[in-house]
Amino acid sequence: MDVPTNAPEHCPGTESEQAGKADACAGCDNQQVCASGQTKLPDPNLPFITQRMSTVKRKILVLSGKGGVGKSTFTAQLAWAFAADDQLQTGIMDVDICGPSIPTILGIASEQVHSSSSGWSPVYVQDNLGVMSVGFMLPSSHDAIMWRGPKKNGLISQFLKDVDWGDLDYLLVDTPPGTSDEHLSIVQYLKESGIDGAILITTPQEVALQDVRREIDFCRKVGIRIIGLVENMSGFVCPSCKTESQIFKPSTGGGKKLAQDTGIELLGSIPLDPRIGKSADYGVSFIDEYPDSPASIAYLDIIDRIKVILGDQ
Amino acid sequence: MAAKRLETVKHIIIVLSGKGGVGKSSVSTQLALSLYNSSPTVRVGILDVDLTGPSIPRMFGVDNHAVHQSSDGWVPVYADGAQARLACMSVGFLLKNKGDSVVWRGPKKNGMIRQFLSDVRWGELDYLVIDTPPGTSDEHLSLLEHMAPLHSRLSSVIVTTPQAVALMDAMKCLSFTRAVNLPVLGLIENMSGYVCPCCGEISNVFSTGGGQEMARREELRFLGNLPVDTELVSLLDASDVGGGAEKSADAFPLLARYQATTSCKLFAEIATSIVGSLAVA
Repeated sequence: MDVPTNAPEHCPGTESEQAGKADACAGCDNQQVCASGQTKLPDPNLPFITQRMSTVKRKILVLSGKGGVGKSTFTAQLAWAFAADDQLQTGIMDVDICGPSIPTILGIASEQVHSSSSGWSPVYVQDNLGVMSVGFMLPSSHDAIMWRGPKKNGLISQFLKDVDWGDLDYLLVDTPPGTSDEHLSIVQYLKESGIDGAILITTPQEVALQDVRREIDFCRKVGIRIIGLVENMSGFVCPSCKTESQIFKPSTGGGKKLAQDTGIELLGSIPLDPRIGKSADYGVSFIDEYPDSPASIAYLDIIDRIKVILGDQ
Repeated sequence: MAAKRLETVKHIIIVLSGKGGVGKSSVSTQLALSLYNSSPTVRVGILDVDLTGPSIPRMFGVDNHAVHQSSDGWVPVYADGAQARLACMSVGFLLKNKGDSVVWRGPKKNGMIRQFLSDVRWGELDYLVIDTPPGTSDEHLSLLEHMAPLHSRLSSVIVTTPQAVALMDAMKCLSFTRAVNLPVLGLIENMSGYVCPCCGEISNVFSTGGGQEMARREELRFLGNLPVDTELVSLLDASDVGGGAEKSADAFPLLARYQATTSCKLFAEIATSIVGSLAVA
């Protein structure tokens, strides 16, 4: 149900039959608009989004119910891996409006978005990797974005319709934690263009798995195909004695058990390597810096598997 | 409504962090337990406003409890059983099935938060700890809006990890508290260092020291750093804290087991300085 923030207590929702006619609508500022029936029409931006997205071959969401499990880091690595092929054009759209990490992780935090006659141009990490994030639009990285849902949705629709993405082979969408406005909006806006699938990220503890179960439930409710599950931060190898220990213990069987229970493919497990976090802070690609580390090998296997599942290899 | 219901609450502490997964819920849980432990008569409440990813029920080991309705409002779940000095409320208690997703846009979240603040029968509380979702959006704005009449009792704690990515979000969070004029009691750096259980070597899994540096630069009180404590991770992650048959007179096994962790001692100091700054304010 779509209820504006300034709606009265018992607002029937702008798309309901009762919109503008219910008792609660008396005195509401939006009553006339609702009663006119305009609000029941599809979002006027949809045709523009569909047109813009018609030149994007694959649209992939990176999701996880919980925060801090490595969505943005994974998105960045996946994009770098796709972009390693000169023939492919890749884009990243960061819809985490309140906490955009993508610009830092890709090492382009100080860049700005430019607009041209064909729309906002993404910031390019390299010739074939374009990025759009709200992080490029803030006067200072310290500024907080205190926006409620409708404003966030507005920006997401602009990211889809006004950004000059050009011809893309892959568009990766990095999302904030949870299952709320951003997620619903992206699904709604891309419904017509089609989403190729979602990659779910988790860590081994039950607290994270609980949130991922909710995310799976969300994907099934809205009808998004789940490409697979990635377990991040599984096991830590001490740099001094080389013994592996579990920082986040899989007390309930971890990602493996979750994958079995839900019939979702476990794409792989990435060990916790302190150099991954450091690479993200410095904005460099971990796989390129440490190609022989176990974590890089795990990353590359997962990425290959994703290409196979999508039918691109 | 919220103001009236919360009149019997002395201090409201909001736990914030811009970034997800830095340990807000675990810090909230530890704060509630440490405050609870500070005196045999103190009464503590914990409210989880992370509506789409509630972790508090799991952490307190009250996963399968449900909230009851009484003539005087919702009865919170008491984590310490019959003593009824530690009240929890979370959307997790309202779900039929743990795996159900709560797919809500802002206005519905706002409604739920209003209900949490105005319809829960908290009773007399010395402290109400509020655990929030990541970001600075609907939940945070709604909380502050509904509690505006109680402004003099509100304060906050910011949690971060030492990485640059997390610190950047913590800065955004600090800008938020300044914009809404919410006092910040201090900053906690979580996950700073990990002790290898095999050789005792300390690894800075997520780097270290960034929190202290940020506190110094922004003139915030630095409340302390908490290393990664696998004992604590397992304790808060396991649903069955009772540990099987040992159901003795000690009706609150989570607290007993928490007191055995190294984090408990570290956190007791943090809690003491939080209580200290609340007394001054």
